[in-house]
Amino acid sequence: MRLQLGPILAAALIVAVAACSREPGDSSRLQILNVSYDPTRELYQEFNKEFTTYWKATTGQDLTIRQSHAGSGSQARAVIDGLDADVVTLALAYDIDAIHLNSGRLQATWQSRLPHQSAPYTSTIVFVVRDGNPKNILDWDDLVGPGVEVITPNPKTSGGARWNYLAAWGYALERELGGLDRLYSASAEEVESAEQAAAQFVGEIYRHVPVLDRGARASTNTFVQRGIGDVLLAWENEALLALEEAGEGAIDIVTPSVSILAEPTVAVVDTVVDRKGTRAVAEAYLRHLYTPEGQDIVARHHFRPRDAEVAARYADRYPSVRLFTIDDVFGGWREAQSRHFAEGGVFDRIYSESAR
Amino acid sequence: MQAHRWVQPSVLPGFGLTLGFTGAFLAAIVLIPIAALVLKGASLPFSEFWRIATEPRALASYRLTFGASLLAASLNAVFGFIIAWTLVRYSFPGRRLVDAIIDLPFALPTAVSGIALATVFAPQGWLGRWLAPLGIQVAYTWIGVVVALTLIGLPFVVRSVQPALAEVDKTLEEAAESLGASAWTSFRRVILPAVAPSLATGFALALARAIGEYGSVIFIAGNLPMRTEITPLLIVIKLEQFDYLGAAALGLVMLMMSFLMLLTINALQGWRARRATGRGR
Amino acid sequence: MTLAANPAAAGGVGATAAPWARTALIVVSLTFLTLILIVPVVSVVGYAFSEGWEHYLAALRAPDTIAAIQLTLLTALIVVPINTIFGVAAAWAIAKFDFRGKHMLITLIDLPFSVSPVIAGLVFVLLFGAQGWLGPWLDTHDISIIFAFPGIVLATLLVTFPYVARELIPVMQMQGREAEEAAVSLGARGFTTFFRVTLPSVRWALLYGIILCNARAMGEFGAVAVVSGHIRGSTTTMPLQVEILYNEYDLTGAFAVASLLMLLALVTMLAKTLIELYGARRRRPLRVRPPADVGAEHRRP
Repeated sequence: MRLQLGPILAAALIVAVAACSREPGDSSRLQILNVSYDPTRELYQEFNKEFTTYWKATTGQDLTIRQSHAGSGSQARAVIDGLDADVVTLALAYDIDAIHLNSGRLQATWQSRLPHQSAPYTSTIVFVVRDGNPKNILDWDDLVGPGVEVITPNPKTSGGARWNYLAAWGYALERELGGLDRLYSASAEEVESAEQAAAQFVGEIYRHVPVLDRGARASTNTFVQRGIGDVLLAWENEALLALEEAGEGAIDIVTPSVSILAEPTVAVVDTVVDRKGTRAVAEAYLRHLYTPEGQDIVARHHFRPRDAEVAARYADRYPSVRLFTIDDVFGGWREAQSRHFAEGGVFDRIYSESAR
Repeated sequence: MQAHRWVQPSVLPGFGLTLGFTGAFLAAIVLIPIAALVLKGASLPFSEFWRIATEPRALASYRLTFGASLLAASLNAVFGFIIAWTLVRYSFPGRRLVDAIIDLPFALPTAVSGIALATVFAPQGWLGRWLAPLGIQVAYTWIGVVVALTLIGLPFVVRSVQPALAEVDKTLEEAAESLGASAWTSFRRVILPAVAPSLATGFALALARAIGEYGSVIFIAGNLPMRTEITPLLIVIKLEQFDYLGAAALGLVMLMMSFLMLLTINALQGWRARRATGRGR
Repeated sequence: MTLAANPAAAGGVGATAAPWARTALIVVSLTFLTLILIVPVVSVVGYAFSEGWEHYLAALRAPDTIAAIQLTLLTALIVVPINTIFGVAAAWAIAKFDFRGKHMLITLIDLPFSVSPVIAGLVFVLLFGAQGWLGPWLDTHDISIIFAFPGIVLATLLVTFPYVARELIPVMQMQGREAEEAAVSLGARGFTTFFRVTLPSVRWALLYGIILCNARAMGEFGAVAVVSGHIRGSTTTMPLQVEILYNEYDLTGAFAVASLLMLLALVTMLAKTLIELYGARRRRPLRVRPPADVGAEHRRP
């Protein structure tokens, strides 16, 4: 009976120690980890299959691609804290910038290494409404109509929610100024008052929000599965996927008059690929997103492809909408982040006002 | 066994071994990690710590966390007492089954109970559809938070009160009644005082558990800043904004609360033990 | 902390209350339990089978789900024995000896019970994260703790830390020390004394502690979510897999995995009830007043 403790303890320790050591970098089975955000699960499931086959055909190596999905901000945090991602494919450039700024695990020049500023596909922000659009929501102004409930995630934690916020802000600026190009030609006072009107408008939208989920997918679930709210602000890709999942006759998509060009970005995490010796495959993986095959998968999963030929093939799926970029209206992500979403920024201010 | 000054001598072996192992393991798994949090929080200047700990959004989250936890623990004190009473005093078909499922929230994963509650109480859910016409919305409001916290806290009250109720001296009750006291008076004068310490302990345990709860709440709360955002969620949000110091500061506030709750619980248990021994004499 | 209590051998004593009051109280109890506990639990099963058996089984056979089940089982397999050994050691030291600082020690052992799971995850991020105290050292020595299996084990260890100790301590305190002292004075060795004298009379409490520890270890969500990294098929435990499937529009899949976790909870409860029934029959009719300091609520009638 006695001395049972010893072996059990020893065994537990051995297991624990064995589990602590990392798997060796270049074993016969090549493995990379793609840390991504919520709405790309289905896209990368298919793309990974395609790329694994491609990689086997060109190099003869067996490749395993592991995936991790959660809110874009929380994924960036995990990589900063040491999650060994070979590549990150996140919702916005700021989250990848944050990895550079907070951990130095990738170089500052990451965005110039791949075409289109490292954004192989784009999307935009659209409205999802109940079947037949009972509240008659056609454009941004209708979001703040009486009794309208808007579903959008928390911009503090969700990349998609930041695009929603900025799209609404850009719309309000255009409405006030009569054109976004006037941002650069109008007088400072005029721009200032337009910005104030925009803050008011966006604050008003958040007064119509009953649930602030942590991620884009959670918001879609709240709207579609739980039946909360009259309109969901969503990525176009997320909206199209939800339409596919929910089936006809449950929800409709409404494209507003103007919206933002959302550019999800991708990057190789330098320190990880250098340590694991996976740089070649990680870079090839991201470059493959830009090939016609990759772009076709992208388009099938409801993202807007960069490749003109592929885009032409899927043109009927993506109604043309006037799109502005974050660089044009907000001076880039770092500017937008520190002004709007940082601690004590505009979002905090309008939110604490709207909650009162 | 060497006699230490701070330990009373005993013929039993193994004190050094077991206490040493306990201490070492406690340090490795609990104390060192928690010290990391304390040190991180302490690396902030006090004024900065105070600013983070008392910003409006944090204050609103404490209000919700503590308010909902208090309300849930109170609900549990009332209904938990009634359930314990029916289980101890009455026999009815299925009593044993009911008694067995009381512990279910202990074993139920919090994420599962959160998703289940949110689904059931959503406007189209099994219960939500009956409440919606009455204008009551549970899911995504503070009521939902209270419901989730009530679910996870229920067994603490029932399991604390049950043994105490079973031990209430029947003869005292009967004596009270034979002296003409109504059932209500004998309940108020005899039973309640005897059970009060156990009820208080159960209440405090349910409260302590509710304050830290995360998994079940985030699925059913609307998570709106200032309104339906609990403190643990605020910590996670800070973490996801790469604000480690802010997360550590709020974590420290919660840690102090937990510690305070534990000291209260231990004091209550002392009260209860004194009551138990006192009654025996 | 009260984690358990024996149902009193009750029934038929409600002479003091009027029949209507008795009926009303039973109805109130059952209604409350139904609304808050039974309907949500039944709904999980209902949704899990809403598309039939085949879909249910297919959901459980998905490779990522199988990996999550394996990870959860492996975690419990490591965490539960370690915390059991700890619980036994702590209970021996605390119940069988008097020393200064005992109350503080008990409070510290209880601490993980009231600490938010989020904090249990956060502390390991602060300690082992790349930006944490030990992060750089771990990185140069090529050791992964968080976002890998060890981090999940550590977070689970912390969260389930007090369960076994807290069940054992009051029972062993009640038991007194005379039997062990007699055994030792007759020349028995320490381990022999423990296994032959102490263990037989506390085995039901020990088993119950292990069962609760195991249930919590398998069901932990908040702490594991912070340190997991959400790598599909590799660092997602069953509760995280529930969330993932739920987020993939796979409602039946999510509820299928949830129902599996719930089945575990039900088996746990069944085991506990059997243990109590069996234990009650076997237990000597011994009624000792507990010491006046701690754990009085654990007194079993």
